[in-house]
Amino acid sequence: MSAHPLRAATAVVGVADAADPSGMLDGTVTELEARMIREALDDAGLTLADVDGLAINNGAGWAASLEAAERLGLAPRWTDSTQTGGSSFEIHVQHAAAAIALGLAEVVVVVYASTPRSSHKRGGGGFRSRALGGVTPALEWDLPHGLRLPMGAYALAASRHVHEFGTTPEQLASIAVQTREWAAMNPRARLRDPITVEDVLASPVEASPLHKLDCCLVTDGAGAVVLTSAERAADLAKPPVYVLGAGTCHTHASITSMPDLTTTGGVVSGREAFRIAGLGPGDVDVVELYDSFTITVLLALEDLGFCAKGEGGAFVADGPLRPGGALPANTNGGGLAYTHPGQYGIFLLVEAARQLRGEAGDRQVPGAEVAVAHGSGGVLSAMSTVVLGSEATR
Amino acid sequence: MSERTDRGDPTTADRMLPPESPAGAPFWAASRERRLLLPWCVPCGAAHWYPRGFCPVCLGDEIEWRPASGGGRVHAVSVQPKVPFPGVGGEPPYAVALVDLDEGVRMMLRVVADDAWSVAVDDAVSIGWEPLSDGRHLPVALPSDPPA
Ligand SMILES: [Zn+2]
Repeated sequence: MSAHPLRAATAVVGVADAADPSGMLDGTVTELEARMIREALDDAGLTLADVDGLAINNGAGWAASLEAAERLGLAPRWTDSTQTGGSSFEIHVQHAAAAIALGLAEVVVVVYASTPRSSHKRGGGGFRSRALGGVTPALEWDLPHGLRLPMGAYALAASRHVHEFGTTPEQLASIAVQTREWAAMNPRARLRDPITVEDVLASPVEASPLHKLDCCLVTDGAGAVVLTSAERAADLAKPPVYVLGAGTCHTHASITSMPDLTTTGGVVSGREAFRIAGLGPGDVDVVELYDSFTITVLLALEDLGFCAKGEGGAFVADGPLRPGGALPANTNGGGLAYTHPGQYGIFLLVEAARQLRGEAGDRQVPGAEVAVAHGSGGVLSAMSTVVLGSEATR
Repeated sequence: MSERTDRGDPTTADRMLPPESPAGAPFWAASRERRLLLPWCVPCGAAHWYPRGFCPVCLGDEIEWRPASGGGRVHAVSVQPKVPFPGVGGEPPYAVALVDLDEGVRMMLRVVADDAWSVAVDDAVSIGWEPLSDGRHLPVALPSDPPA
C-alpha cells in the first residue's frame, strides 16, 4: 500500500509561544501576534518575505486573516480564518498541509494571541468583551436556563459519562494531578505546585461534577507555527517536524445538539489523521490533548483509541499520563496548569514539535518520534487531530 | 432567607428576556398560555429541537407546530453553584439538565427542585412554566413524583 500523498509532504519548521507565571503578558494582541510570527520565523531560519500563506483566528474584527495580513504587511496567496474555537489551529495546519502539498502556498504562518487576563484586570471585560450579535440559538434556547458556559456544557457530558460508565470524580481529578506533575517542570507554567486527587475534589464545584481544578486556566498567551514543504524544510534551521496526518470533525455548536454526550468528533478526526499517517494509537510516543477540562482529555483518550469507550476512567487512574508514564500527555502542563488564553490549540502544536525536536528540556519524553496534537473547540464541538513525526518516521 | 443579590430573580423584571427568532415565534406565542408546542416536519413525521424554520433532517420547510405531552426524562444534569450572569438561571445552587421529551427531542431546561443536588440522570420530569415580564413563559423541568 502506498503512502497517502499528505503523509510527510509538509513539516512544521518554526515554533514560538509566550506565557508567564503571572498569567499576563506585556503587549496588545496584535503586538503579540507579530512577536510570535517573528520568533517562529527566526526559529525556522526564515523571514517574513518567505511567507505566502497566513492562517489566523483571534476572535476579533470581521475578517481575521485579512486584517492581520494588512498589519503584517503581507499579501498572502493562501489565507485561512477558520474559527472553531480552540481547535482552529489544528484545522489551520490540516488546511495548510494540503495547500502546501498542492503548491497553493509554500510557507504558511499560523498564529494566535489573546490577553483575557490582562483585559479583565483593566476592566475590559475579558472574554465577555466579545459582542454577541443577533439572535443565536444559544441565546434564545440555552442561556436563559442559566448553564454556566463553557464549564456547564462539559459538566453535562461528564455527568453522562459518570452515568453510563461509572466514571468517578476521582478518576477525572487524576488527570489534573498528572498534568500538574508536568507543569512543575515548566518554568513558565502558571501553576507548578503539586496537587492530589483530594485537592481537586476539595476545590469548589464549578458545575457538578467538575471542580475548579478540573477546569483550565484563564491567562494571556500567544503562539505561532510555521509550515513549509518537506523539500524546503530540509534546508532550514531546525529538524523538520513532519505532518504525518490530520483530520477534523465538528458535530454541534450547542451542547444541547451534541449527538452523543460521551462521543466526540475525535472518533472521526483521529481515524482520519491516523489513516493518512499510516499509524495507530499504539505508535504514539507523546500526546498533547486539549485539556479545557479533565473530561475533555478523558473523551479524547477514548475517541482517539488510546483506550476503549467507557474505559477512560480506569485508564487514567493508572497514571499513564504523568512523566515516565506509558502515554506522556500534556507535557507543558496543559491548559490546566501552563496557560489557557481561550483558544489553546496553538500550544499543543508548539509543544508537540518541541518534544519531537528533543528541545523540551526537563520535560523531554526520551526518544519521542511520533506525537499527536488534538484540538477541541467550542463545547466538545470541533475536534481536529494532527499526527506529527520526527525524521525517523518519514 | 438569602439576601437579595444581583443574581437575577425569576420573579422580578431584571430577568433576562430570551430573544425571539422568527422560527421560534410559535413556541413563544404558545408559551403565553403555558402550552408547549414543538415543531414537527410533516414529511419526516418527526419533531425537532430547536426551531430553525426548516427540518434539520430533510431541510424541508413544511413545519407543523403540535402540542407536546410535557413529559420527559433527564438525560444529563449539572448543578450550578453560581449564575453565569445576572438575570438567568435560578437561586443557586440550581440544576440545569438536558431533558429528553417524550416526543424524542432534547431540550436544555432548568430543573426546579427543592434540592438541586438530588436531581439525577433518568429522573422523570414534566414541563412547568416560569412567567416572564413580557407575558411569555420560560419552560422549566419539574421533578415528577417518585413512584409510590
Ligand atoms: Zn424533514
